[in-house]
Amino acid sequence: MTTTQVKPLTAGTAGTPDRTSSLRQLMQVQSFQILLVLLAIFLVFAALAPEVFPTWGNVRQIIQNVSILGVLGIGMTFVIVTSGIDLSVGSNLVFSGVVAAKVMQAMGDAGWGTAAVGILVAVGCGLGWGLLNGILIAKAKVPPLIVTLGTLGAALGLAQVITGGVDIREVPAVLQDTIGYGNVPGTTLPTISLVALALILVFAVVLHKTRFGLYTFAVGSSEESARRVGVKVDRQLISIYALSGALAGVGGILSLSQYGTTAIAGQSATNLNVIAAVVIGGTSLFGGVGTIFGTVVGLFIPAVLQNGFVIVGVQPFWQQVAVGAVLVAAVYVDQRRRAAAARGHSSKTEGRKRLFGLRSS
Amino acid sequence: MTTIPVLEARGLTRSFGNVRALDGADFDVHAGEVVALIGDNGAGKSTLVKALSGNLALDSGSILFAGGEVDLNSPTQASSLGIETVYQDLALAPHLNAAQNMFLGREIPKPGFQGRLGFLDNKSMRAKSRAAFDELGATVRSLSDPVGAMSGGQKQAIAIARAVAWAKGVIFLDEPTAALGVVQTKNVLETIRRVRDKGVGVVFISHSMPHVLDVADRVQVLRLGRRVATYEAKKTTVEELVGAMTGALDGAHS
Repeated sequence: MTTTQVKPLTAGTAGTPDRTSSLRQLMQVQSFQILLVLLAIFLVFAALAPEVFPTWGNVRQIIQNVSILGVLGIGMTFVIVTSGIDLSVGSNLVFSGVVAAKVMQAMGDAGWGTAAVGILVAVGCGLGWGLLNGILIAKAKVPPLIVTLGTLGAALGLAQVITGGVDIREVPAVLQDTIGYGNVPGTTLPTISLVALALILVFAVVLHKTRFGLYTFAVGSSEESARRVGVKVDRQLISIYALSGALAGVGGILSLSQYGTTAIAGQSATNLNVIAAVVIGGTSLFGGVGTIFGTVVGLFIPAVLQNGFVIVGVQPFWQQVAVGAVLVAAVYVDQRRRAAAARGHSSKTEGRKRLFGLRSS
Repeated sequence: MTTIPVLEARGLTRSFGNVRALDGADFDVHAGEVVALIGDNGAGKSTLVKALSGNLALDSGSILFAGGEVDLNSPTQASSLGIETVYQDLALAPHLNAAQNMFLGREIPKPGFQGRLGFLDNKSMRAKSRAAFDELGATVRSLSDPVGAMSGGQKQAIAIARAVAWAKGVIFLDEPTAALGVVQTKNVLETIRRVRDKGVGVVFISHSMPHVLDVADRVQVLRLGRRVATYEAKKTTVEELVGAMTGALDGAHS
């Protein structure tokens, strides 16, 4: 992978007028480079375990495993594009799941009516935490890292207060049978993955094609500039953290459906896994740059590594080592690109100069 | 001039703690004229521009637009009156492209239902941006590259083109030539004249006295948060301006 040939990706570059060079531009975008990495990893495992790894059954398993993280990754991409961070998604997911489970437990029956109420409750809880995050960040001007670190603790703590620390294991059967481990009728695609895919497509369009998306990039690129031209920066930030929260609520109900338990202790590293995926996918922690597509690819790399290591008999702990390396490499690429852009050179010529041992002035 | 100024400030006062940044400052600019606003560091130039572009709350004083008193308390409100500002730092979003910066905050939605969903008419925004840059003779090579990767001169051109495109009443240029080379400076001064000839009032803030005398019709001098002198650019000299800025000529001129 030639990591030097990277060009910053702006909002809505899809549809640039000169289509002749669009393929070359495509190759310079980090999310596509990372897609090549993913393909390479896939091919290596496929070669090592041709009987097991590249089968639909196994791929289906991987897709199912990343679905919930994919839903969280959407919101996280919006947040990180604004140069923010949301550490609270995992706790928010647990809290939303716990409250929804409590409500559904209290309603008693296991039909669709109960399930629908549960879904609304979970999304509402998530939205509430997201709004709280957004208001504290945009209005009270507390840094996102601190606000969401606070709500991370608060949401998890309250979830444990509500349950007394004991997981709730009563989840309506309809949720488990259809969304949880059911397939889309007539196919073998997990329903949970279809839900994630639909959300991903909708919000990819929102981020890259609409005014809301453009303002997300503008706020991340230069908050002050956006404010001066009349963009309502505070409202934009609150909406984005609310979106991230609401999607964590969706994740809460999906998790309940999939695992049949509130899994209070199971989400302690979810936030970091999602952040890592977003960053691996080429979204810059410094804001202004990013794609939903990259995030999806970034989620598959850890999942494929985990799955592949198990199948070929490597200790799965190596997955964490490999993901760590990929993460640092991705941020290194981003830094190089930013430094090159700041110097006003294209990073491509910079890379050549370095390659041939020339010093730029 | 006998006409009503397009923008006038009367007795503006604003304190930051114990510092009186504006101390009863007056200011006026007519349509179709270039007014240079000069003063030493800390004289209150930037504060005055902020107040007149809706970026600063005032302690007292009044602002009149075309003779009628207005309450400028947000940049959006100033833009709705056709008052635009090119800030020293240009206020561009570096990751967005030239066309996106040009229309940021004022995007053209797609017609019909798509527009209501938030979809944007990128095609016509690009075409209009291109037309605006061409009109100024600005060399913006790419409309789809992020402006952060462009040269200082190109960024400046985009910021000025944006302000010019939307300014129907007054345009403020805060030290637009400070970071520019000889040719680019000449272009900016040429642009200022062209905008003035369109009938817009131009307020030009600069430390460069030759540029001020070159392009301005009138020069207003601020010192210690107050307008201390107004000169016809044709009838004044660099020495006189510097004298007024530093206070050496106190009382010598009205």
